[in-house]
Order: sequence, then C-alpha cells, then structure tokens
Amino acid sequence: MALIFKDETFRDDFTYKNSPATIRRFPFPFIEDQYRYSVNIEPHTPGPKGSVYEFTFDIDEHYVSEMRDRAMVLQEDPGRCQALPHMMTAQWDMLELVMVSLARDYPDLFTLHRDGAHWHWINKPLNIDQKFTFGEVNSLPYEPMEYVGRQIQGDFSLQDQRDGQLWMDAGIITSQADWSLDFDVGMNFFEWHAPVPLAHEAGVFERALKFLLNMQIGQPVRRLNWTMTINPRLDTSPENYPKWGKDRTTVTPENVGEKVHLRVELQGLFRLPRSNAILFSIRGYLMSLEQIVTVPKWGRRLPRVLKSLPPELIEYKGLARYRQTAIDWLEKYDDGAPTSPGGGPD
Amino acid sequence: MSGFPLRRVRVAEVEQVAARIKRFRFVDIDNAPLSQFSGGSHISVVMHSGDRLMRNPYSLMGSPTDTSSYQISVLHCGADSRGGSKFMHENVAVGSELEISQPLNLFPPVRLAKKHVLVAGGIGITPFMSMMNELDALRSDFELHYGVRSLEDGAYCKYLQSRYGSRVNVYRQDQGQMIPLDAILGEQRLGTHMYVCGPKPMIDWALQTAELQGWPQENLHSEQFSAPPPGKPFVVKLAKSGREIAVKGHQSILEALEEHGVDASFLCRGGACGQCETGVIACDGYIDHNDHFLSEAERVGGKKIMICMSRIQTGSITLDL
Ligand SMILES: Cc1cc2nc3c(=O)[nH]c(=O)nc-3n(C[C@H](O)[C@H](O)[C@H](O)COP(=O)(O)OP(=O)(O)OC[C@H]3O[C@@H](n4cnc5c(N)ncnc54)[C@H](O)[C@@H]3O)c2cc1C
Ligand code: HEM
Ligand code: FES
Repeated sequence: MALIFKDETFRDDFTYKNSPATIRRFPFPFIEDQYRYSVNIEPHTPGPKGSVYEFTFDIDEHYVSEMRDRAMVLQEDPGRCQALPHMMTAQWDMLELVMVSLARDYPDLFTLHRDGAHWHWINKPLNIDQKFTFGEVNSLPYEPMEYVGRQIQGDFSLQDQRDGQLWMDAGIITSQADWSLDFDVGMNFFEWHAPVPLAHEAGVFERALKFLLNMQIGQPVRRLNWTMTINPRLDTSPENYPKWGKDRTTVTPENVGEKVHLRVELQGLFRLPRSNAILFSIRGYLMSLEQIVTVPKWGRRLPRVLKSLPPELIEYKGLARYRQTAIDWLEKYDDGAPTSPGGGPD
Repeated sequence: MSGFPLRRVRVAEVEQVAARIKRFRFVDIDNAPLSQFSGGSHISVVMHSGDRLMRNPYSLMGSPTDTSSYQISVLHCGADSRGGSKFMHENVAVGSELEISQPLNLFPPVRLAKKHVLVAGGIGITPFMSMMNELDALRSDFELHYGVRSLEDGAYCKYLQSRYGSRVNVYRQDQGQMIPLDAILGEQRLGTHMYVCGPKPMIDWALQTAELQGWPQENLHSEQFSAPPPGKPFVVKLAKSGREIAVKGHQSILEALEEHGVDASFLCRGGACGQCETGVIACDGYIDHNDHFLSEAERVGGKKIMICMSRIQTGSITLDL
C-alpha cells in the first residue's frame, strides 16, 4: 500500500481532484434509486481490502493537504476546536484510539512506542516526532484532542453521556456541512439535531439515541450521510458562509459537472473506555459529478435519487438553486437501465 | 443485535472478603490485555451449571486502568439463589474458566458534578470501588457513606478507610448506627450529585430523602442489583413466528426464549438499559413491570414490556417477536 500524497488546495484555486483509484473506492451512499432518512447504522467491522472501510480510520491521498487546510482554518478561527473541562479523560481516550489504530493499520506511515505512560509517536507524512507522557497535558503542544485532530482526516466530536442523553461537549470541526461547533457545544442529541427536517417525526432520532446510549466498548458502528457542495471546499461552516454561500449562484449548465460535488460523510461512533464518552468521527469524501459519472451505475442512479428527494430535504441541504441543473446534466448518463442493489460500482 | 461478544477468562484468585462475599480476579485466557473501563461499570458473567445457562451482571471493582485483570465481588444469596451466586461460590475456584462480556456502564459518575456523595448498603459497595478509584485519580471531591450489618458482613471496610481516610464513613447496624442521610444531604453545596446502590428499600429511602430536600432529579443516581423475580408459570405467544413458549416460575421471559433458541436482544439483564424492550400485542393478564426503564405512562399504556425482568401474573401474553 504505497500512498502518494497529493499537493492540492480546497480553497481559492481548488486544485483538489481524485485519482482513478480513489474514485473506485468512493463510498457512494445511495443503495437504491431513492433516498430517505433512516436509522442506517451498521457495525464498523473491517471491510474489503482497499475500501474506505478496511481500517478503523481511513487515510487517503488527500491526507497531507487536508491537514494543511485544517491548520489554516484553526489559525483563522481557534473556536473551531473546543473542549469543556470535564472532557479531558475523553480527549485522552480519543488520542489513544487514534494513535493505536493508525500505528496498527498504517505501519509505514505511523509508529507508536508505549512504555507505561511514556509514549513516542512518529507521523512520517507530517514529519512529526513527539515524545510525551500519557495523561499529562503539558507534555504535548496542544490538548490531546486537538493534537491528534490535527493529524487525522475528518472532523471529530466527543459526547459526554449523562441523564440518558449525549452532550456534545468537545470537538474539532473544520470541514463541516454548514453546522457550527461553537453553536452546538454543550447541546444534547435532540437539541443539536433540531434543524433536521422529517427525521424527528419519523422517530429516527429517538431510536438512534437509544441505540447509542447502549453502545459497547470495542463495537464501533458507522453510517453514511451526504450533501452537495459547490467546489471542493472543506470549510463550508456557517462561520465561513460569506465566502462560500454565493458559490451556489455560480453553477451553470456548462460548469455543473466540474463544480458540483457530492459530499459523503463516513461517520463512525465509538464507545470510549475510560470516559464512557462517545466519539463521533465524520470523515468526508468529495467527488465532482464529472468524476461520479465515470462509474456507469452511479451516473444512472444519482439523477434518479436527486429527483426523488422530498422538498424539505432539498431545502435543508441547500440544493434548491442548482438541483435541476445537476439533474439535467446527469440525465445524459441515465440510459434507464435497472441498477443493482447496494452502493458499490458493478 | 442480541447479546454481546464474549471473552474467555481464567480465575486467577479467589478470596473470602466477608462472611458471605467472595472476591474473584479474572485474567484473559491468553493473558491478552482487557479493555479499560469507566468507574461504575459491570460485566456479565456466563455460567454453565449442568444444562442451565446463567448470565449474571457483576460490578467491576478494580482499577479502571488495570488491563491485566478484572475483579468482582459476589454475595452468596443463599437459599434464595436460583444458582448464579451459589455457583460462583461453590463451583468456581482458581483455574476455573468462564466467559464474560465487555464492560458496560449504567451507573457512571457525572463528570460535571462539583461533588459526589456515594451511599452504599452491603454488596452495593461494589460499583463504588471502581468509581472512587476514578474520582480519586481525577482529584474529584467525594465522600462515601457505607452501611454494613457488621464488620464481618461488610467487605473492604478497612481497605477503604486506609486508602481514602476520612472520606469513608462506615455505619454498623449491629451497633445501631444508621446513615444520617438527612443531615449529610442537608449540608451539601449546589452541584453535588448523590449515588446510591444497595437493597431496594435503601435505594427508595435515599432517593425519597433527597427529593424531600428538593434535590433535582438529574443529580440523583441509583443502581439496583436486580435479578428477575420469580412468579407463576405462564405462556408467551410470539406473533411473528406463531410459536408458544412456556415460561417456568423461576425463569424470566428472556431466559425462556433463549432456552427455546429464540434470538432476543438484551444487554444488562437487570431492567436498566432498555435493550430488551419488546412490543406487547395482546395480554389477558396483569403485567408485573419489574424494570427501571419504562416510564409510568408506558407501563400504564401496556404496549411494552422489558423481557429480562418483567412477567405476568396470570393468563397469556402475545409479544411482537
Ligand atoms: C448492574 C448490576 C450489577 C450487579 N453487581 C453485583 C455485584 O457486584 N455483586 C453481587 O453480588 N451481585 C451483583 N448483582 C446481582 C447479581 O447479578 C445477581 O443477581 C445475584 O448474584 C443473584 O444471582 P443468583 O443467580 O444467585 O440469584 P437469582 O436467582 O438470579 O436471583 C436472586 C434473587 O431472586 C429471588 N429468587 C430467585 N429465585 C427464587 C425462588 N425460587 N424463590 C424465591 N425467591 C427467588 C431472591 O430474592 C434472590 O435474592 C448485580 C446486578 C446488576 C443488575
Ligand atoms: C453522537 C453522534 C452524532 C453527532 C455528534 C451528530 C451530529 C449531527 C450534526 C451536528 C448535524 C447537523 C445538524 C444541523 O443541521 O445543524 C447532524 C445531522 C444529521 N444527523 Fe446526526 N449526529 C450524530 C449521530 C447521528 C445518528 C446515529 C444518526 C442516525 C439516524 C444521525 C442522523 C442525522 C441526520 C439524518 C442528519 C441530517 C443530515 C443531512 O440530511 O444532511 N445522527 N448530526
Ligand atoms: S436487557 Fe437491559 S433492560 Fe432488559
């Protein structure tokens, strides 16, 4: 497994692109020709070799550039990373899970030596060599969540469990689909999900919360979520809205294939052992419509899905302005043939 | 998803720590590290006694960061026992092999609390052993009030006093000492949380005392070591498969289903986690709700039953299974 890390941008000139091998492993989220909310949770067990499910946390060719983009966001707005004081044990739990997993799954890239509380972490792609004392905050340049959060693709939040609820009491969130950690921090599961349409009424969140409260150590689960983003921009936060909101008006029939990206989140949920907290990982994948239609099944299915969406969902995901343009462009690739079940390419 | 993955452990140590209480120490069969856990967690221990299968939850009482072994303490329930605690006391010795589940925590300390007041009665001390270990390491403010019948009956009194000093208060029933809960709760500052574990009457008394003093619900926490209470035999009808299954007097519905190879979902088997909630399609008897999960409204509604703990007094019940 020789990963070659790309040097690319997620802002300004937007040079981000997937290589052909990365296209094939894209976690296309639509398992049938229509989409609606459901409690789509499955065990996070190792998937096929080379797939995004192979390991606990997926590292791909965009790793180095994504970490650079995260550092820029944090530089401009430190509020994207916050932790309430009672979450320190959970932060260390997260650091341990991330370091142990990465070192086990990508031995060419990461190494971890542990001698009691004396830890030695080497991150080759980012040129980091750090000795520190586990449990001692002052032995690291940042608090533990931020320290590993700057070295792993995807956003992370930490939920404290109390009163039969989950509370978003910490997170490092720099590449989110239009929600704000600064706004959500300290909220519970129902409160931070309040803006989501239809799902509350369908009982989705009640069932999901009940499931999460009983999650067990060593039995992580995952689910996919999706939206669409104009240009391969990671930071589509409310804080940054002035910069990206207007992008939606720039989509034309000529540029839609290149500009509009399907944004898929592979979300992982982990019970952390010492803190009893829940770690939520949101690993985002971006792919332009142009690249999606290189897989014939996806080219057929995506326009059908976009046509099937209820109006509430179109509104919530912010697709209204360019959805029809996208459907019109995509339909060229739909020959009407039936599609096979499941999301993977044929 | 029913049940949980199990791991095999070997008993490395057994010690009689009080008149009817034994402490057991488990290590992984291959000496692999066990998971760390959070204070207040328990595991389920699977026991094969003859052709009977028992799975009893027991609180972990060692250090949460010790991955080399787990420790539990088991009270011999005597003649009342259908077998689990008796089996542990009489058939399990150093070298025995057992299966255990991963730790699960339904009784965690609240990390936001300014202070923790722990109230234990008898064997109810066990979840507080790991909890105090954790709170102490976090330098959190706590105090323990521990009621025992006598020093012979109470486990770990000396150990706790030497380790935690004046934060531990032991009350001996044989000397007429009672936990002065009214006074203890009365002098706590805002933001204090109370945790109680012990016999049901003690839990009820502690919660009621706090409520009368105006303590907010969210600052009160309890764990009851419930086992499914026995009753009369009855019949469960399964709507989906059309099967009929007899529940014996000493069995829970869950146990009866398992005996007949029906896959049902569960986790704590103590009526606390909510995992075994099952829809009731019809019931011509009266449901004894013995769980701590369903709300009063749900009980009155009669549409749900927690099959690990609850049963019916007479007649038959049809479940959405
Ligand atoms: C979260 C949790 C944590 C726990 N932690 C601990 C712990 O740390 N230490 C510990 O010792 N226990 C603990 N328990 C309790 C433990 O799981 C068992 O319930 C206990 O050991 C008794 O099990 P048993 O199989 O011997 O008795 P069971 O037969 O399962 O039930 C015990 C009770 O049921 C009644 N009973 C059963 N059969 C009859 C009958 N035929 N006639 C009359 N009465 C009957 C009796 O009152 C008896 O005391 C915990 C329970 C829970 C839910
Ligand atoms: C602790 C874990 C979780 C966290 C931290 C989390 C967080 C969030 C956040 C911040 C949002 C955006 C809300 C907004 O618009 O402001 C969201 C959306 C959503 N969440 Fe969760 N979530 C979690 C678990 C789950 C689970 C288990 C489900 C399963 C059903 C779920 C279903 C959804 C759905 C359907 C949406 C709408 C997404 C969309 O349409 O784009 N969430 N979640
Ligand atoms: S298994 Fe936990 S409530 Fe029944």
